[in-house]
Amino acid sequence: MSTLPDATRFSRTRHVARKERAEAFAKWLFFAMSVAMIVPLIAIITYLLYRAAPSLSWEFLVDVPRKGMREGGIWPAFVGTLNLVGLSLAVSAPIGVLAAIYLHEYSKDNWFNRVINLAVINLAGVPSIVHALFGLGAFVYAAKFGYSVLAASLTLAIMTLPVIIASTREALASVPKAFRVACWNVGASRWQTIQGVVLPNSISGILTGVILQVSRAAGETAPIMFTGAVFYKAVERGDLFPYGLTDQCMALSMHLYTVSTQVPNVRESIPYATAVVLLGSVLMVNTSAIALRVWLRNRKRW
Amino acid sequence: MAIEVENLRLSYGGREVLHGISFGIRRNEIFGIIGPTQSGKSSLLACLNRTIDFTADAVVSGSIRLEGEDIRRMKDVYGLRRRIGMVAPLPVGLPLSTYDNVAFAPRAAGLRSRGDLDVIVERCLRQAALWDEVKDRLTSLGTALSGGQQQRLTIARALSHDPEILCLDEFSIAIDPVTTMRIEDVLKELRRDITIVLVTNLVQQARRLTDRTMFLWEGRIVELDTTEVMFSETPAERRTYEYVRGIFG
Repeated sequence: MSTLPDATRFSRTRHVARKERAEAFAKWLFFAMSVAMIVPLIAIITYLLYRAAPSLSWEFLVDVPRKGMREGGIWPAFVGTLNLVGLSLAVSAPIGVLAAIYLHEYSKDNWFNRVINLAVINLAGVPSIVHALFGLGAFVYAAKFGYSVLAASLTLAIMTLPVIIASTREALASVPKAFRVACWNVGASRWQTIQGVVLPNSISGILTGVILQVSRAAGETAPIMFTGAVFYKAVERGDLFPYGLTDQCMALSMHLYTVSTQVPNVRESIPYATAVVLLGSVLMVNTSAIALRVWLRNRKRW
Repeated sequence: MAIEVENLRLSYGGREVLHGISFGIRRNEIFGIIGPTQSGKSSLLACLNRTIDFTADAVVSGSIRLEGEDIRRMKDVYGLRRRIGMVAPLPVGLPLSTYDNVAFAPRAAGLRSRGDLDVIVERCLRQAALWDEVKDRLTSLGTALSGGQQQRLTIARALSHDPEILCLDEFSIAIDPVTTMRIEDVLKELRRDITIVLVTNLVQQARRLTDRTMFLWEGRIVELDTTEVMFSETPAERRTYEYVRGIFG
């Protein structure tokens, strides 16, 4: 190296110039793609809000539909979605999280667990319409729940379960193995290790995974349409739990489908306002998931 | 004898890594295990406290006796692990406060009294030569300590369950020479009370600290003798002579 004259050592060679051009190009390309990702989101929200503006009001949210859904609000559908999603997560979250803890922390790598893993992965990829048919057969007919909140919630639960298992396992896998070994070395049992070190450090990931399933469950139409959601149901305005477990119910996604395609002469802004409420609730849930994750992240200890 | 190992074989999914080794560790000695990587040193330690049980495809045969009692026959495996302190190569501060790091093992054993825990935490941190540095911030995170401090924290944790035997697996590979020396001084202090097993691939460290040294190579014992003999001009095996002088390995 020292034999090279200084001018050569520090001058900008063609190779360096090419490298810098490639670097600049790559950076702008990646930046452009990330902007391209945001544009549709903003466009969708702006367009929806613009079209929905004439109908959007607090009244629209808490009022019941009137005049064959051509007037009034969407309370029964909104509260129906809340009930369905809440009930389905109350079933799928505990089962999914506990199953994932077993699969990741306890189970050995034998054929039985490989089959379970395979089942989880494949279940997560089953289209929702197939879940709908399964729910119809299993819960509505075989279990004799009929078309009901219960059958629809359980169908949604089956649908979200594999994803919750997968996301929980991801969260558990993010806790380094060395922590577990360190606990085992001082005579802690698996459960002591899990509750002392593993869960406190994976809970943010686990909760995020669960909460993201809220938006998925809230948005699905097919599974509930087949198993318990109906066109119209008379409900008291502002009532938070208008539906019994065996009642049929309304839901936002179903309602959106109905007012967009099945009811003639609906005011144009009503489907858009319904979509805004659906999207708004989902975004609100997602935002709370992010806030929760940030809060728990800040408490992360390594 | 604190530990007697007899014809110990260990294989992972059919691949044997320890080929029937037998040796004994005396009470209150510092017992060195040297050998190149992949010679089975760490696996051997995992066999001693049966954390090898957590490795799904590991198969162990032969016997290990702790104070004459076969560890395979012990009903309370957690009790066994408390009798043996383990220090891993890389410092692992648990993501808990410094205090909770040390109190973790006593709590896992069922101790709840704050007063007793305070006493144990202070004693262990003092033994690990860490007390003076952390006594004012026991509630801050153990993982926020420096690497050298974390390694001493690990030692304090390994002492917190009052072990008869302390095993250190290449404790110095991730820490600075000054901390290494401090820990070596700690070990010289500790040997009055407990037996120490020191796995290291720094042969000079073995020479400085240990009473007897075992040279393990590819899952077999090449030679086991007093450290003096092992590092002399005339160990029984030519390979020992060459290894401790860095000629092969």
